[in-house]
Amino acid sequence: MKPTWRPGRWLIILPPLIFLAVFFLIPFAFAFKISFAEAAPHVPPYTDLFSFTPGHHLQLALSLGNYRYLLTDEVYGVAYLYSLRTAFFSTLICLALGYPMAYAIARSPKSAQGLLLLIIMLPFWTSFLLRVYALEGIIRDNGFLNTLLLHLGLISHPLRIMRTSLAVYIGIVYSYLPFMVLPLFATLEKLDPLLLEAAADLGSTPRRAFIDVTLPLSLPGVIAGSMLVFIPAVGEFVIPSLLGGPNNLMIGRVLWDEFFGNHDWPVAAAVAIGFLLLLAGPIAIYQYYNVRQLET
Amino acid sequence: MQRRSSTALLSVLFFGIALLYLPIVILIGYSFNASPLVNVWGGFSTAWYGQLLHNRQLLQAALLSLEVALTASSGAVVLGTLAAIALVRFARFRGRLLLTGMVNAPLVMPEIITGITQLLLFVSMVQLFSWPHRGFTTIVLSHITFCTAYVTITVQSRLQGADRSLEEAAMDLGASPARAFLEVTLPIISPAIISSWLLSFTLSLDDLVISSFVAGPGASTLPMVIYSKVKLGVSPDINALASLIVCAVGVCVVGAGYLMARGERRRTREAQLALTDRS
Repeated sequence: MKPTWRPGRWLIILPPLIFLAVFFLIPFAFAFKISFAEAAPHVPPYTDLFSFTPGHHLQLALSLGNYRYLLTDEVYGVAYLYSLRTAFFSTLICLALGYPMAYAIARSPKSAQGLLLLIIMLPFWTSFLLRVYALEGIIRDNGFLNTLLLHLGLISHPLRIMRTSLAVYIGIVYSYLPFMVLPLFATLEKLDPLLLEAAADLGSTPRRAFIDVTLPLSLPGVIAGSMLVFIPAVGEFVIPSLLGGPNNLMIGRVLWDEFFGNHDWPVAAAVAIGFLLLLAGPIAIYQYYNVRQLET
Repeated sequence: MQRRSSTALLSVLFFGIALLYLPIVILIGYSFNASPLVNVWGGFSTAWYGQLLHNRQLLQAALLSLEVALTASSGAVVLGTLAAIALVRFARFRGRLLLTGMVNAPLVMPEIITGITQLLLFVSMVQLFSWPHRGFTTIVLSHITFCTAYVTITVQSRLQGADRSLEEAAMDLGASPARAFLEVTLPIISPAIISSWLLSFTLSLDDLVISSFVAGPGASTLPMVIYSKVKLGVSPDINALASLIVCAVGVCVVGAGYLMARGERRRTREAQLALTDRS
């Protein structure tokens, strides 16, 4: 029964392995290397780590200045913390909203499930950038929401939402909600209804059955969904840039400005490496749960 | 698990769906507003759509984005399908853990990190090999990277669910393993391949952050032009463009989904017939 394709095996494995190693993994090594260089006014705009002295000795010039700068300039610390906090609370809101949604889909008839999932996923297929822009049309000072509320006489002055933290939260929840619903649905769908019946037979109230049976069994979905929202949200650039104000300095924006505004590539590389170290834990958790889910 | 949902659950579901769709509906409404002011309704007009056709910068960027998306999604489908086959069919090989990590990590890696690290790679590569020049090539290479991840995940879960007994039957009847795979399993996983191609296409068409880093001066994709216009303030012609893109993508995705679901039902029926005929 074991068909072996030994000869052709590496023809299948190697192309994606090599491509991803070259264009996904190795770039981190280059970023690491360049984070020890210094900005220089030529192309490319950083110094070489290795150079030959007049006496033909190889010289290694490592500069820890970028990392020192990262630790001493408080902009970075503030931006890292603000990003983590924003991503954390957005993830909680997504979970609070996404869990009942996934639960409702999992409990609806099989025939409706496909349609509901399509409805949830469709926004993910359409443009992310354009959806953030569309959101601006609603929460802008003279946007849809304020116009509506003013007309109804519920408020006398337009609500100030744009360029505040609230706008960033709305943007992240709106953009990342589908990523929370999908993995939650995948675990809730697999849940055996007999377990809940058994719990009820043994005298459990529906609430207890939910807490003791459904919730623990859906934990892998909760973790996968949370990581799928949290990790990209920490590094979000488009949302704070279009909806947030000058105070909503997320690390993605700082990195962007360092790169495109100050043209300081080595500092930007150091910010990226520091940022990656910060995310290593969450990414490892995500990998662990995701791989386990895919392989069972 | 199927039981009736309570009204509270259903209302959260519909609230969530409304949240997802309301901005898009309102955007489309604005795009037909004759007045350039957002809070004034100046009557129905399609003038902004007409203006798009005269905007050379937008058209050029749209063309570049379409070329990139076509190339990148096709490349990603090939690499991603190979990776999925490797991960599902070959239980043990050297580099398996590495491959698993590399197809999963891009899904969560913040784009801004991927973008900057890839740019630094391309710049260093140019110093070493004088290739690749920043522009079309670098954008395509970086888009293939993140699209491959999406393709692998989609095809992988489909391939896992595929029944291997059909392939084994084909081999019992004398087909080589490769032929059995191509003629039996490939058609079964083709819906996943097609939908992941579509997904890669739309993701590539939409990417702003990674493209901005790797594009270099000179090349501007559509999202880059849209971003710089939106950053400057409201522009009614962007409303029109956004409505067009969102509707086109929506129609394509729903249409493809419908066709695939129909093909799927037919195939299942045929397989069932084939099995009942025998007994």
